[in-house]
This record gives sequence, C-alpha cells and structure tokens, in this order.
Amino acid sequence: MLVNEKIAIEHGLKSDEYKKICKLLKRTPNITELGIFSAMWNEHCSYKSSRIHLKKLHTKGKKVIQGPGENAGVIDIEDGDALVFKIESHNHPSFIEPYQGAATGVGGIMRDVFTMGARPIANLNSIHFGSTQHKKTKNLLRGVVHGIGGYGNCMGVPTIAGQTSFDRSYNGNILVNAMTLGLVKKDKIFYSKAAGLNKPVIYVGSKTGRDGIHGASMASASFDEKIEEKKPTVQVGDPFTEKLLLEACLELMSGDSIIAIQDMGAAGLTSSSIEMASKGNLGIEINLNKVPCRETKMTPYEIMLSESQERMLIVLENGKEEIAKKIFDKWNLDFAVIGKTTNTKNIELFFDNEQVANIPVNTLVENSPMYDRKWKKSKLPKKNKINKTIFKSLKIKDTLKKILSSPNVCSKEWIWQQYDHTVMGDTIQKPGGDSGVVRVHKTDKAIAATVDSSATYCWAHPLTGGKQVVCETWRNLISVGAKPIAVTNCLNFGSPEKEENMGEFVECVQGISEACKYLDYPVVSGNVSFYNETKDIGIKPTPTIGGVGLIKDYKKMITMNFKEIDNIVLVIGKTEGHIDQSLLSRIILNENNGPPPEVNLFNEKNNGLTLLNLIEKNFIQSAHDVSLGGIITAISKMCIKGNKGVQIKKPKFLINEIEYFFAEDQGRYLIEISPKDLKEVSKILDKNSVHYDEIGKIIDKEMIIDQKTKLTIDELKSYNTNWLKSYMV
Amino acid sequence: MKSSVITFPGSNCDRDMDVALTKFGFKNKMVWHNDQELPKSDLIVLPGGFSYGDYLRCGSMASKSKIMHSVINYAKSGGLVMGICNGFQILVESGLVPGVLLRNKYLQFICKNVYVKVENKENTFFKNLDKKVLEFHIAHNEGNYFCTSDQLKEIEDNNQIAIYYCDQNGNTNDQINPNGSIKNIAGIFNKEKNVLGMMPHPERMIDESLSGEDGSIFFKNLLNNIK
Repeated sequence: MLVNEKIAIEHGLKSDEYKKICKLLKRTPNITELGIFSAMWNEHCSYKSSRIHLKKLHTKGKKVIQGPGENAGVIDIEDGDALVFKIESHNHPSFIEPYQGAATGVGGIMRDVFTMGARPIANLNSIHFGSTQHKKTKNLLRGVVHGIGGYGNCMGVPTIAGQTSFDRSYNGNILVNAMTLGLVKKDKIFYSKAAGLNKPVIYVGSKTGRDGIHGASMASASFDEKIEEKKPTVQVGDPFTEKLLLEACLELMSGDSIIAIQDMGAAGLTSSSIEMASKGNLGIEINLNKVPCRETKMTPYEIMLSESQERMLIVLENGKEEIAKKIFDKWNLDFAVIGKTTNTKNIELFFDNEQVANIPVNTLVENSPMYDRKWKKSKLPKKNKINKTIFKSLKIKDTLKKILSSPNVCSKEWIWQQYDHTVMGDTIQKPGGDSGVVRVHKTDKAIAATVDSSATYCWAHPLTGGKQVVCETWRNLISVGAKPIAVTNCLNFGSPEKEENMGEFVECVQGISEACKYLDYPVVSGNVSFYNETKDIGIKPTPTIGGVGLIKDYKKMITMNFKEIDNIVLVIGKTEGHIDQSLLSRIILNENNGPPPEVNLFNEKNNGLTLLNLIEKNFIQSAHDVSLGGIITAISKMCIKGNKGVQIKKPKFLINEIEYFFAEDQGRYLIEISPKDLKEVSKILDKNSVHYDEIGKIIDKEMIIDQKTKLTIDELKSYNTNWLKSYMV
Repeated sequence: MKSSVITFPGSNCDRDMDVALTKFGFKNKMVWHNDQELPKSDLIVLPGGFSYGDYLRCGSMASKSKIMHSVINYAKSGGLVMGICNGFQILVESGLVPGVLLRNKYLQFICKNVYVKVENKENTFFKNLDKKVLEFHIAHNEGNYFCTSDQLKEIEDNNQIAIYYCDQNGNTNDQINPNGSIKNIAGIFNKEKNVLGMMPHPERMIDESLSGEDGSIFFKNLLNNIK
C-alpha cells in the first residue's frame, strides 16, 4: 500500500507531523513504518504535549533509586530492600469495554512492576464514574470492578486500597487508574536499557494476535458517537498466562542471563523494541516470521502494532538461550529468539526474507514531536458569602445523614469485597482505612499505600487542587503511622489542544511539584492521560496521586477505629470553617462555585511530622485524617469502625456549629489518646506550634453532639453502608 | 511431621500455605504438578488459587495433572489430604469428595471473614478442637456447594459435612450463607474422613495482625492430631 498524507492523518498523525517523518527519513515511509511512527508519536506514547511540563516535577530525593523514565519508579526501603511502584491509566478502553479495559489495565501495571524484577505485593486503584443517575454508570461500575477483581484475584496479588467517585463530568469518559507495588532486592533490579552487540533478542509470553491494534492511538483521541466501533482496539487479558509469565520471569531473573527486559504494553512490540534500543543507543534487528502468532497471515504491520497482552521482550547474554528456554517451557509459555542487537542504531524489520522497515531509532524517540501548547491560567474564584441564617436552618443530624450516605462518602465495601485483599498473607490493613498496609514478607517492616484525587478542588483552582491531592495522600499515610516516602502520579485531563484543559494540566502539575518538593515526597513514576472527552465535553481535571510510605515496626501501625471508652478525641490542625467546594456546599447548599480550601504546606508538614512523632512515642490509639465532609464525617467513620460512640462539643470559636463540623480545611487529623497522656501530648503539640482542639471523649454506642443531637452507631452505620449496595442491586 | 503442598500452574496460595505449615511445625515440601511421585508425607495440601486460570471448570484441568494420580492413590490408601478453596474444587473434580462447586449465588467474588461451625470432630482434622465456632476467611468466586438430594442424604448419613457457614453463635441460616451453598456447607469429607475439602483459608488467619487467629488454632490442633 502506498502511503500518503491522507493515510497518515487516518493514523492520527497531523499533517506537519507526516511531513516531518518524510523529512527525517528522506523518503516516504511504507505502511509498516507509518504504523510504527503513528504508534510512537501519539500522545499516549510520546508525551508530546506534556513532556515539557513534566520536567518541572520534583523527582529527586535521598530514597529515590529510579525516577520517572523506566517501567516503574524504585525507592529504597532499607535493609537492601527496594520498592517498585507505578500507577497507570486505562480510561479509554475501560469506557468502551469495562471488564477487559479494567482487567488489562491491572495486568499492564503489574507487568511494568515485575519487568523490573519485583514481585508484586499489592494493587490499588482509583476509579471514577459519571453521575449515579446516568444510564451507563451502573454497568460500567460493575464491569470495571469485575475486571479489576478478575485479573488481580487470579494473579494472587492483594488489592489493598482504592478510591471511587461519581461526578457528572465522567458521564462520557470514566477513569480507571491502576497502581501496583512490588518488592525487589536493591541489587537485583532489572532495567530496559539494552547493551552489547549481537545479543539475542527474545520474545516470551503469549502469542501475538490481532487484538488491540492501534490501542495507544485510540487512547490518544477524544470520543464521539461512533465509540462502540472502537471495541476491537481493546485488548483481551489472560491473567492466568500473566501469572505464569510472572513466575517464569522471576525464575529467569534469579540467574544472570538478562541484560535488559521490557514488557510489551502500549504499542506492543514497536515501543518495547524501540525503547530498549534507544536507551542502549543501539540498533535492533527483528525477523517477524519468528514472532509467535495466534492467527494466520498476520502482516508485519499487524505484528508490530498488536497490543496482545502478557508478552515480554528480553535481551539475553549470549549463550543463555537454552537456560531461558527451559524455564519458559516449564511454564508452558512461548519462547522465541526473534532478533539481535546491532550497531546500526536503526530498527530493521524483516519478513519473508525482505526488509519491511528500516528506521533510525532516534527519529522515533528523540525527534518525536514536542509541543509547548497554549494554556490559560486559572484565577482563584471569589469566596461565597453564605448567609449565617442558612446554617441555623440546617439540622446536624439530617445533614450528616445526607453526607454519610452520599455516593462519594458512603462505604465502598460492595466494591472491595470483590477484590481478594488478603492473599499473600501480609495484609495488615484492609481497604476502608486511610491507607492499605502490607508487611514486607518475613520482616518487621510494612508498606503503606494510598491513592487519591480531588477533581472538584482541581476544577475550582488547579494549582491549589494539585497541591491538595499530594497532601491528602501524605495525610493518609501519616494516619496509619507510615513515614511518607514518594509518589506516583496519573494525570487525567481533557484535550491538551484546548487552552483551558492545558492550563488545568500545567497548573495541577505545578501544584503537585510544589507540594512534593516542600514535603520531600518526590514523584518517581507516572503517566499522562489526555483526551478524556466526548463530543467536546471534557472531564474535570483529575490528577491521581498514589503515595507510598514505610512503617519500620508494623506493630506500631495505626487504624482509625475508636478503641477505648473514656479516651479523649483531639482535632489536630486549625478549623477556619472553609465551606466553598465542600460536600456541604455542593450537596446541601447546592453551591458549586468558590475556591477550594487553602493548602498551607508549612502546617501540612508540621502537623503531619508532629503526629508521626506522637505515634512513634506510642501516644496515639487511633487516627484518621479529616477530608470530604469535615470533622463530623471523619469522626462518624471512626465510630462505625470501632463500634463505639463519642460525645463531642464544638470549641468556643467565632464560627458556628455547622461550619466547624462540616468545613473542609486542610492539614487536619482526628486522634484518640488516653486521658493519662493528654498532658504530655498537649505539651508536644504546643512545643511544635500545632493547633489542636480537644473536642470530646469516647462513649458507648452513641454520638452526642453539643448535648443536643444524638445518633446511635447503628444509625450511622446504616446511613453509610447501605447506599452503594442498594444502588447496585 | 511432614507435609507437601502441590503447586499447579496458577496456584497462588501455595506460598501462604507453606508459611502457615512451617510456622506450626510441619516440615513442608513444595511439589510441582508435573512430578510423578509424592515425597513421603503425613499431609498433602492442594492450595488455593486459579489453577489453569479456572478455564473449562475450576479445578478440572488440575485434577488431571500427573501428580494427582499419586495424590488419589495416597488418599485411597488412607493418607491425609486437604484441599483449600481451589484445592477443594480440584478434590471435587477428581472425585475424592462428592458434589460440585458452582458460581456464588450473587455472581460475585467474595473476600471476607466468616464464621464456620465444626460439626464433626470424629476425624484427624478437627479431633480435640476446643472451639465449636471458628472465624475463618473466604476469598472465592465459585464456592457454592451443590449436590443431588440422594448425594446429600448419603453425605449426611455418613456424617461427611465438615463445616457449615454460621453466625458468631453457631446458628446456620440463609442470611449468613455467603455464597448459596446447599445447607450452608463450607467443607466436606470423603466417606473415610481422611480427605477434607473446604472453601475457607485457615492459612490467612495465623497471626494477630491478620484477619484473625483461628487459623492458628486449626493448624496447631491438626499437627497434634497427626503426631
């Protein structure tokens, strides 16, 4: 087939991009080459709109072993151990085919982690759906949850935490972000950089089929009414094969056969071979007739662009082919020597004894387009003046009931009970807490992990929202007694070609970077998902942050359930009464405008580190961060989980009861301490200039607010646990 | 005491079981499905997971693997065999215990703590257990035990029901039945009571930091009974 500009445009390339290809090659590409360019130069693989801004992220730190740019980030967790982790989006495919889209998202991210030599030890996910009234929401939610469970459960990796939200802006574009943590010895980490000439290039795993062709291009475009036609671009996952691939790869990795290894994810064989060659500054030669194929008569174009799952590309040491083959035979997986490394610095493909592609690797990588797109700065919205009489007309009990049973606050048990969260025998904090926690097998250490996003805050003011999400994960880690170490980010936005969306991206990234730098909490991995829009309507900006922390002695882990009657409850951090963009404002007052709560990084760090110090000194019986729905929502959850009541009183501030209990000011935690420790704890808080309010004590089975409002724990439970279950029936 | 845990392609609770058995004093060996012979063992465990991806039917392909010939012979000669979750499904498929395991009634995977009532203590698995109700943990998609009414009569007549799903106080009823199992059955024996298949995972309940500690009670008791 002859290639021309029209065909290039059908491949998602822009006219000037096509011209650039012809100029770089000094000729017209053939169809296979065009396919390769389109796969490497799309937004998903090339980061052409985001690269320039991602450079600004804070990525360095003492604990960072590997920052962004590899299959996943790696941090030092002491004693020769390292933690490999990353989050990735699978938004577009999940909307088209929720089960397979979500399942292969989970499969893909696990592959990224075990490609580096790490055994996956935990999965997390952040999933976002349209309005609960929208006709597609229920089926999408059901399909995505089944898909995540279907893959993760079969792999035998526990899903320990997650986040689910509903918002109208996701009606036409749901978000499915999957995160995996893996454990590896510091001196056994594997990278994707090829090295040495004439080294055998090995293909292992599943056979190549026609599924997922152009998956990455599909994920680099907006949706329209013909979206159903894109179903063939969604890959089909086989978690059983991946489990075998995991065990086989780890077995091979225990020896010294591997020079470089790269999983075949987005853009399959194309991106994996090119990335390995590019990082090693080498060429690569592949005989496509040697690639194991599932279907007959596959063309070079199809083989190169297939996104069939559960495949890996490995550069081996010479002479290790037999050892490697034996391992893959044992696990019943395909194994083929398909090529070798060369000094041409080109990717050369052969098929039926003919050369079918010959492209300099640098034209595909270094010379890929990079855009400094136009973007629009957001103004901080004006604060709403809320009439105080409105607050007086609200009853705490009714308001709390509405908030506890609202879709974004209610218990997500219906979801996480479908995920195996206890396999591997090291899960010591299950989903439903502030962070999931797993022990580092056979040690006293544990890893805490959390995933968060706050699209509403980001939409109201991206810079503040970006900072807030980072802080939220930091607080979730501190609340379980973990020292936060690093984050991974998944940046979900609308079209970068729109100034508003691009502005949201740029400013969220800036916010994330500022917070990460201040908190010494670097970004070590991540991905960008643009074009989350349908018929010109984009999602709210949704940067998702996955935070990871270390608990040195897992016996010191903290949970949020109230422990003992007569213990004292303190609020750490100051409550100013910020109502704009709070749940109270949005679902009770029907007010969607105004600025998000301010993020004060000094207080955030100071409050968090002081609390960690209190935990270290064994003063803290339970802790929970204050987020959506304010103090009263947080305290309700502590009551529900501990099956205990609480008697609380608003401190004598200028703000009224509703403002105090429902405000979403940042940097706050609720803690439970024994009365005997109050003096010492107060001393430490005062010494560190941390504001705190003593608001009450734990009692039996009832919540009593300011002597007048009373609710039983059973009432709180039914508000919180019933909504999702009855919605999904 | 010696134990062996079989690893099938797709097993994923084999390591957890190894950790548990070793913790409570078994000398455990891992055995590959393609091996023909079992090492000398006092207990064989078929662990949980997704052998052969649960394709065809859960446990069906694993039940035909090489090592299963030896396991079946071992069981028929009176050796102790325990199948947990997918291991239970393999036992059912290999005919070592009666009945079948269907998909859960609400068509969802379920991962949570449950209570089980131990009915029959006249066997090596539960003899001398000083608790009647244990808190265990389940994680499965196909644990809905089913058999014909004739089979059920036979199972009941032979006292083959090992454990029932129940509430904290040992009451069995539909409300606490997590998966739709007939008669709330969570585990059964073969006629001779030397083969036990059960859905719950005692190996996930072996220290205070996990979901609970009743698994420890089970394993300690089991070891003492075998000694």
